[in-house]
Amino acid sequence: MTPLLTTKGLSCSFGGLRAVDNVDFTLMPGEIRAVIGPNGAGKTTFVSLVSGRIQPSSGAIVFDGADITGLPTYARVRRGIAYTFQITSVFANLSAYDNVALPAQLTLSDSRSMGALRAGVMTALERTGLADRAHMPAGQLSYGHQRLLEVAMGLALKPRLLILDEPTQGLADSEIDNFIELVRDIAKNATVLLIEHNMPVVMQLADRITVFNAGRILAEGTPEAIREDAAVQDAYLGTAP
Amino acid sequence: MSEASPAKAYALHLGVIALLFVLSFLLPDYYHGLLARIMVLAVFAMGYNMLFGYVGLLSLGHAMFFGAGLYGAGLAVIQLGWSVPAAFAAGLGCGAVLSLIIGLLALRTTGVAFMIVTMMFAQVVYLAILYFAAWTGGDQGMVVPQPTRVLTFGATSLDLTNPTVRYMAALGLFSLVLLITLAVVRSRYGRVLVAIRENEERTKMLGYDTFSNKLAAVIVSGTICATSGAAYALLFGYVGSSFASVQYSILPLLWVLLGGAATTLGPLLGTLFMYYVIDVTSGYTSAYLLIVGVALILLVLFFPKGILGTVRQRWLGWLP
Amino acid sequence: MHFGPHLLLAALEGLVTSAVLALTALGLSLVFGVMRVVNVAHGEFFMLGAVLAWAITSAIGGHPALGFLAALVIAPLIVGAIALVAERLVLRRLNYNPEATIVATIGMLYIIQQLALTFYGPEARPVEPPFSYRILLPWFGYSGYKLSIIAASALLLIATWLVLTRTRIGLIMRATQYDSETAQAFGIPVGRVYGGVFALGAMLAAIAAVLIVPISQAHYLMGQDPLLLSFIVVIIGGLGSLRGTVVAAVLIGLSDGIISMFFSPTLAKIIATLLVAMVLVFRPQGLFGTASR
Repeated sequence: MTPLLTTKGLSCSFGGLRAVDNVDFTLMPGEIRAVIGPNGAGKTTFVSLVSGRIQPSSGAIVFDGADITGLPTYARVRRGIAYTFQITSVFANLSAYDNVALPAQLTLSDSRSMGALRAGVMTALERTGLADRAHMPAGQLSYGHQRLLEVAMGLALKPRLLILDEPTQGLADSEIDNFIELVRDIAKNATVLLIEHNMPVVMQLADRITVFNAGRILAEGTPEAIREDAAVQDAYLGTAP
Repeated sequence: MSEASPAKAYALHLGVIALLFVLSFLLPDYYHGLLARIMVLAVFAMGYNMLFGYVGLLSLGHAMFFGAGLYGAGLAVIQLGWSVPAAFAAGLGCGAVLSLIIGLLALRTTGVAFMIVTMMFAQVVYLAILYFAAWTGGDQGMVVPQPTRVLTFGATSLDLTNPTVRYMAALGLFSLVLLITLAVVRSRYGRVLVAIRENEERTKMLGYDTFSNKLAAVIVSGTICATSGAAYALLFGYVGSSFASVQYSILPLLWVLLGGAATTLGPLLGTLFMYYVIDVTSGYTSAYLLIVGVALILLVLFFPKGILGTVRQRWLGWLP
Repeated sequence: MHFGPHLLLAALEGLVTSAVLALTALGLSLVFGVMRVVNVAHGEFFMLGAVLAWAITSAIGGHPALGFLAALVIAPLIVGAIALVAERLVLRRLNYNPEATIVATIGMLYIIQQLALTFYGPEARPVEPPFSYRILLPWFGYSGYKLSIIAASALLLIATWLVLTRTRIGLIMRATQYDSETAQAFGIPVGRVYGGVFALGAMLAAIAAVLIVPISQAHYLMGQDPLLLSFIVVIIGGLGSLRGTVVAAVLIGLSDGIISMFFSPTLAKIIATLLVAMVLVFRPQGLFGTASR
């Protein structure tokens, strides 16, 4: 099987700091991959490079067999890389429906039909449990619902790779349980790259885990292997509260 | 903007158009002529609103697009002897080409730089009109002669200098642009424009090439403004450089702010109201621009959403 | 006249333009640099300075130098006070939002200009220079007053530079320019600094106008050209940079004089405006500035 995403020698530096340093990374289709690491390890920079929000200093990114290193953000999204923000950034003045309609109308196959758009939007809203709030302005939704709306917007893009940047941050425990179910559901048709600090969530969801430290990949393996890895414990788990 | 109540919105707009039609038979001569002029200028305001209201791009140079239409159509008649429809098309063409060029350049900047760059390009167009006085008549302007302003369809001909014909032509143009605007803002494209206004970065992350979308909006907006300019030249018969001056870049901003940015009927309301105020005050003072200044400051301070924006926020959420 | 003296004359005239332009543009640049406000009404503060200079000199009478000196002190103070009121009543309430403040200063432009038209009238009125000594050069005589404008402007520019770099007030202004939130946290009264800077910017324009009015007359529309030229200078020199502003003012002032000798003034304006717009599009940090970040 060919990998969905690979990076070769990917580096990015700000001033003198190498935020991402010579990273070789491979992601197989259908995986749920968690990326963990201490603050400032380069996780968010790494996924920003993948999604095209920032340009690498050197290295290459290959998605589904094609080099996408030079492509602008929107073109990567159209190829199937969706990114949900760490800091919630839904369109606060637009209704939840419009928020999801924006990505949904882009991926619609029978393009001009009003009914098809409506169906696509409502499907994404139903999967995230927001269908009954479709016409509320997004800014008036609760924080947890705004996070779910972010995910619904990602889903409406029908992505092949969905990047979730700290999706459970600020969610209540009950919301987190629902969220885990949602990600499992999403992973049936898409590959998921998950940046997450909440270790129980990571251990429940991830097929494999990549550990970042100081801009480099420190370790990679199954949740069990990572849990046993001495270097990881040293760098990360050991210092966790 | 969502799917709710399209029937209500279309009924309201058709109602406004019907009202303007009926007014043609009720108004005394002076106001009849004034309203025709206001409808043409409201088209200018609607074009401006397209970019400022829906995309959030504040241009201080839209007089150049109005001027492109005005001079494009006017010069085609006066210097080249073209017929009315061909001259009208020439005005639109000039506006479309100019807005493409300006869009490609100015959209490389954002925010305050965008405002200043558009103002400077408009100044260049204005000065060019003065410089090529041999062609354009310089600051004196030119009159489009009455005999050339006739639309001919085979045997029948319509004299655009006739007040009723002029009013109906203005109303027809206004209605067309109003309904086009309504259709655009309710369309998927309109949704993308609003998304760019609210958060451009996020819109990129949803797979939209925001530059191309903004460029398209500049061209649509500029061409609508040029339509207004071309109609003004052909209906009212005067082509003057003051219409390309910075004042005519500020006025549509004022009209739209007053009526309500990002509302379809706001531009008409703002133009109507401002014209009325200036008409009343010009009886007392020649310094009517003072009213423009005071209105601008009061609006940004106390009423940034304008008349219809406030109405929509408080009472009628469905207003497009 | 031969080419050499002709060029010298053009250069002297250009330097006078540069001197006035540097002061005016410095005001615009300070306001933008510290407050991030593009003051479209800046040219009207310039006009107000000239009109007030006429009012003051004609009220005082006596020796022209007396009225002129009074105008040089009083006119900028009145203009500064008006600017301060405008800042308090309008700009502060808008939270210095860049786009809203541009619209508001356009409003101020019309208000000041039309009030001048109403109370001062549409005429252009002269102000007598404080002295009329002519310096005799080998090839032509030159107005001593014009040379004194260059000197006065240079002194004022140096004084402003010293205030900005060597005093506590300058430090406070630079701190506010660098990061207003942090400055606020360190107890700097940012609101008062903004009010002061806006008034100072207007006063610089007014001083420039008082200096130039004896050779150019006061008129209610005279603010438009200085506004455009100041924009050009500030953009070329890099927004908020004092040194860049002065260099650009000299460059524009000299080339304006020389280009106008060869081309029509309108064509010169077209070319200059177009070039500056292109600078903003392709090199927004200015020709002499360095990219921030």
